[in-house]
Amino acid sequence: MAKITMREAISQALMEEMDRDPAVFILGEEVGVWGGTYAVTKGFYDKYGPERVKDTPIAENAILGAAIGAAMVGQRPIAELMTINFAFSAMDYIVNQAAKLRYMFGGQFTLPLVIRAVGGGGRQLGATHSQTPDAIFAHFPGLKVVSPGTPADAKGLLKSAIRSNDPILFIEHATMYQVRGEVPEGEYLIPIGKSKVQREGSDLTIVTYCKGLELSMKAADELAKEGIQAEIVDLRTLRPLDMEPVIESFKKTNRAIVVEEGWKSYGVGAEVVSRIYEEAFDYVDAPILRVAQKEVPLPYNRTLEQAALPQVPDIIAAAKEVLK
Amino acid sequence: MAETINMPKLGFDMAEGTLVRWVKQVGEEIKKGDVLAEIETDKATVEVESPASGVVLQHIVEQGTVVPVNAPIAVVGQAGEKISDQSPVISNQSKVESRKSDVAPQTQPMPVSTTQAVSPADSSSAVHGQSSVVKASPLAKKIAKDNNVNLASIQGTGPGGRVVRKDVEAALAGAAQTSDVRPATPLAPITNYQLPITTEDKVVPTTKLRQAIGRRLVESKTTIPHFYVTHEYKMDALMEMRKQANAFLPDNEKLSVNDFIVKAVALALRQFPNLNATLKGNEIIQFGHVNVGVAVTVPGGLMTVVVKDADAKPLRQISGEIKAMAARAREGKVKPEDVEGSTFSTSNLGMYDVDEFIAIINPPEAAILAIGSAKEVPVVESGQIKIGWRMKATISVDHRVSDGAEAAQFMQKLAEFLENPVRMLV
Repeated sequence: MAKITMREAISQALMEEMDRDPAVFILGEEVGVWGGTYAVTKGFYDKYGPERVKDTPIAENAILGAAIGAAMVGQRPIAELMTINFAFSAMDYIVNQAAKLRYMFGGQFTLPLVIRAVGGGGRQLGATHSQTPDAIFAHFPGLKVVSPGTPADAKGLLKSAIRSNDPILFIEHATMYQVRGEVPEGEYLIPIGKSKVQREGSDLTIVTYCKGLELSMKAADELAKEGIQAEIVDLRTLRPLDMEPVIESFKKTNRAIVVEEGWKSYGVGAEVVSRIYEEAFDYVDAPILRVAQKEVPLPYNRTLEQAALPQVPDIIAAAKEVLK
Repeated sequence: MAETINMPKLGFDMAEGTLVRWVKQVGEEIKKGDVLAEIETDKATVEVESPASGVVLQHIVEQGTVVPVNAPIAVVGQAGEKISDQSPVISNQSKVESRKSDVAPQTQPMPVSTTQAVSPADSSSAVHGQSSVVKASPLAKKIAKDNNVNLASIQGTGPGGRVVRKDVEAALAGAAQTSDVRPATPLAPITNYQLPITTEDKVVPTTKLRQAIGRRLVESKTTIPHFYVTHEYKMDALMEMRKQANAFLPDNEKLSVNDFIVKAVALALRQFPNLNATLKGNEIIQFGHVNVGVAVTVPGGLMTVVVKDADAKPLRQISGEIKAMAARAREGKVKPEDVEGSTFSTSNLGMYDVDEFIAIINPPEAAILAIGSAKEVPVVESGQIKIGWRMKATISVDHRVSDGAEAAQFMQKLAEFLENPVRMLV
């Protein structure tokens, strides 16, 4: 199997789906002539033309408004947000329109819309361009939120997302486009809403997703050197949240930490931990800890930025703490 | 499975309710939806319906108890079903039961050794009961419960001594390997405990009088919303006057403190006709006569003898009548007119060294006065600590007839007579 980057995997998924279905089209800032801010759609404009790869004004509400309208009349738009931070400019379209249209029109419309958004910190883009607000979007029923942590999952999940008739927010991490992994060529689909054990272990469960997966895999390697076998469950989809592999793993290990890049308060970790307590209380052998971003706007200064983001040593420390 | 019934929350801001009446008694059958009890909130009296069918196994609270919302009030289950003793037990009946169960294990031989390293939990409640004191993870608790292991006997190795899975598993492994090991918590034999002479329960049939008292007071306590006001009286002048008066009286005619109180109560009631009254439907009948009832202890119960028109009689006559009627009551020769027609009752436990107590209203009256002992106590007067005679009395009043302020004013009026007893003579 070919080892390719996350960027190539996402590119592949987009191209395969555009080849497969003429209703699929891309719109966003700099997606066309420029080839995408993160070069994901490089070559698309030449191959598919301005009708299917649309450069838009710098107006996220316009991008989402156009995409929602197109989806309502049967197109399958892929709206790209240069960063997820700009989604706030289009918040009403995302949470009040996209998430609720099918419900409020009694199913007369479906909304085959994918919003690709780049999230996460670590690239010194400052407090307003470095956020990980995944939990905010996962809060809304009606909106599916997907955030892959490997190139293979990125391809498989994105292809499924494009074929889905529901609006899906697809969050990619700004620092993970160069991450390499084995990715099956051609038709490869991963169902939305399925968590996956990415590494098996018996001592504790690390629940994570996206960037947290990359960090947790490194932490697990370090822990293994000390004889601690961590099992890593990758959520992959935040809504609908598939707790089954998490609970199954936790019933085996009885101890867990949750690793996320967003802030701890009201975050993904809070949700996961609550559900473990609700569904597996009798299996809890130690308090479940959360590893997350420090509760500050993310600093621009590189040292401070790295200090505020969750890091591998934080995960190792938390793992050892719950194993006490 | 017995079901515990809790004080329902019947309004947005309801924090507690008063259990005014048990409609279903312990042992009675009850169907889902039947009225179990009546509760009174600050807005209304409402019926509590049983959420389950079966038999009322336990009243956890007594009538008249103020119970916080969601606190347990009763247990409904199948006849003969055992109730786990987690609930706070307040009713007399359950007190007896819990006392019995306290005694029972002590009268049985104590196990000296067991074959397990960990002492087996005698019931599932042992694990639950101790979970509040033993720090253990939920998993450790579950394993302990599943294996009938007493968590208290396990040394925890987790943070802060928390018992975790491996501690319980180690204890289980140890139990499997070794035998004849003393339990971790030694069950020391009780050496200096005096066994009661007989442990047999005794069955005593109730007398007609006892049954009548029961019926009457159940009716009172379940239908009359009582409230209580307590007042402390300065008794120095009265005690002095009694001493002086008794110096002139023959031994069989000496005045008791209670004789003064009856007179004072009668005079005070004359000015508070609403407490010398009865409720009839939507009308309050304020009696024209002031007939003061005096509770008298008789074999097998108590009776109330009545001093008719006590407000108009001199102290010596009141005293004489009470003595004669009380004697007849104790001898079982009471005349109907001795015990009829009271408009207000008094109950005096002063001879038993009682600080204060509350009495149940004697229907159909509107109020009753419960009188404690007159005692010499340190009192503060003008910034000085002195010795003074003090006596407390508590009036129980039917809230359908009167309110706290009126009762309190009555108690003040009573003070005018008790504290200036010369007023009773003029």
